[in-house]
Amino acid sequence: MFKVFSTTGNYVMLMKRVFTPPQKRGIFWNQMLTEINNLGLESLGIVAFISMFMGAVVAIQTAYNIDSPLIPMSMVGFTVRQSVILEFSPTVISLILAGKVGSRIASEIGTMRVTEQIDALEIMGVNSANYLIFPKVVASILINPVLIVFSMWMGILGGWIAMVATGLVSTNDFVQGIRIDFEGYTIFYALTKTVFFAFIISSISGFFGYETRGGALEVGQASTNAVVFSSVIIILFNLVLTQLLLT
Amino acid sequence: MIEARNIDKTFAGHHVLINVSCTFEKGKTNLIIGQSGSGKTVLMKCLVGLFEVDNGKVIYDERDFTKMNFEQRKTLRREIGMLFQGGALFDSMNVEQNVMFPLNMFTDQSLEEKLGRVNFVLKRVNLEDVNRLMPSELSGGMRKRVAIARAIAMNPQYLFCDEPNSGLDPQTSGVIDHLIREITQEYNITTIVNTHDMNSVLSIGDSVVFIYKGELWWKGDKETILYTENPELNEFVFGTELTSRLKR
Repeated sequence: MFKVFSTTGNYVMLMKRVFTPPQKRGIFWNQMLTEINNLGLESLGIVAFISMFMGAVVAIQTAYNIDSPLIPMSMVGFTVRQSVILEFSPTVISLILAGKVGSRIASEIGTMRVTEQIDALEIMGVNSANYLIFPKVVASILINPVLIVFSMWMGILGGWIAMVATGLVSTNDFVQGIRIDFEGYTIFYALTKTVFFAFIISSISGFFGYETRGGALEVGQASTNAVVFSSVIIILFNLVLTQLLLT
Repeated sequence: MIEARNIDKTFAGHHVLINVSCTFEKGKTNLIIGQSGSGKTVLMKCLVGLFEVDNGKVIYDERDFTKMNFEQRKTLRREIGMLFQGGALFDSMNVEQNVMFPLNMFTDQSLEEKLGRVNFVLKRVNLEDVNRLMPSELSGGMRKRVAIARAIAMNPQYLFCDEPNSGLDPQTSGVIDHLIREITQEYNITTIVNTHDMNSVLSIGDSVVFIYKGELWWKGDKETILYTENPELNEFVFGTELTSRLKR
């Protein structure tokens, strides 16, 4: 129990150092653009792949489970849209990003710690926590919503391709289902969750990387901890945010 | 000049530094020597503030470093250059970007001015045409020289070198040692070198302090170290086969 409090305290103390004005705005801007590429654009492939296949699976499962002739086949499109927008894209893709991006951040910063690169920054008079973590947090908060919107498109596209390819649902029915009772608020809900999750992934991974002490073994451990803790906290916050935003 | 006054440092109940007091003079290459685990790296990290001292003071030219707040330390640290054991070059940057880094962070110079300074310091450490190379493409000696170039890019008043010869062959070690000494004298800065290499001690040790089990055991220079009666220091100095044979 003491360790939980001590880790939380250290995290808060670190965030206090992270959220200070950058020493050089120009350098911060360049770093942020680099991180948008490293953390966001480089994840497009995996996000597209997973989203399309998950959308396809949801569509096929729904189509096969509609037994009653009273339920229209357009419900497949409706179900794909709702599950992709409300839960699959913001939460599941964020969990996947916690694995991909979180481990990258933790191992990158952890390696810098054990090879004394962070000490070198400190000796120069650079606020290393701000310099290393802040651009990653801002980049994640900016690019993750873009990734999630992209994932939503890909998920729905995957569902449509699966239906057309198998002939289970016609394009007309599928599109009609997508348009039934659409509420713009669901997008707001999904993107709000995404912003929270982006902050959780980048800050927690940055924390575990920054706190690494030792050598290669500890860098691996920090990377694992970053993914595990980010995932657990995403799941917890998912419940809290869903309760707050949808009730 | 840097002074360490009555420094104590403990890790998890284990006393690593016990009441260490010593002075490191300007324009001299000041060496901290001692066996592995004796506390010399901890002493250096206490001097630069990477570790907080439990008791005692660190004075930089009459400025009490231990009493400074975060912002004051940041300002003072711009006067400090440090060469780390492994070089600590930033992996994601090439040589030019590494050396230019402190100039980018702390000056408003134009790109031409910064490039001029980068090329000047790289030439000073006898490196040319390496600007575009990444740290992973450099040899151990070259990495150390790039790290020295980065450390002196901002014209520091204080230069710290943590085991500058570790992992280098004796010839390259000699080159690095002489470079450190030349830079110290040329820019009249306070240089502190942490080493257990006796070649370095005998070639550049203007002033030497010997740390033994966390305590300051002996002070002197490269001339007096060979004639000391101190048994622990003698054991350290003549600890290798080569030096013990020479002594005999």
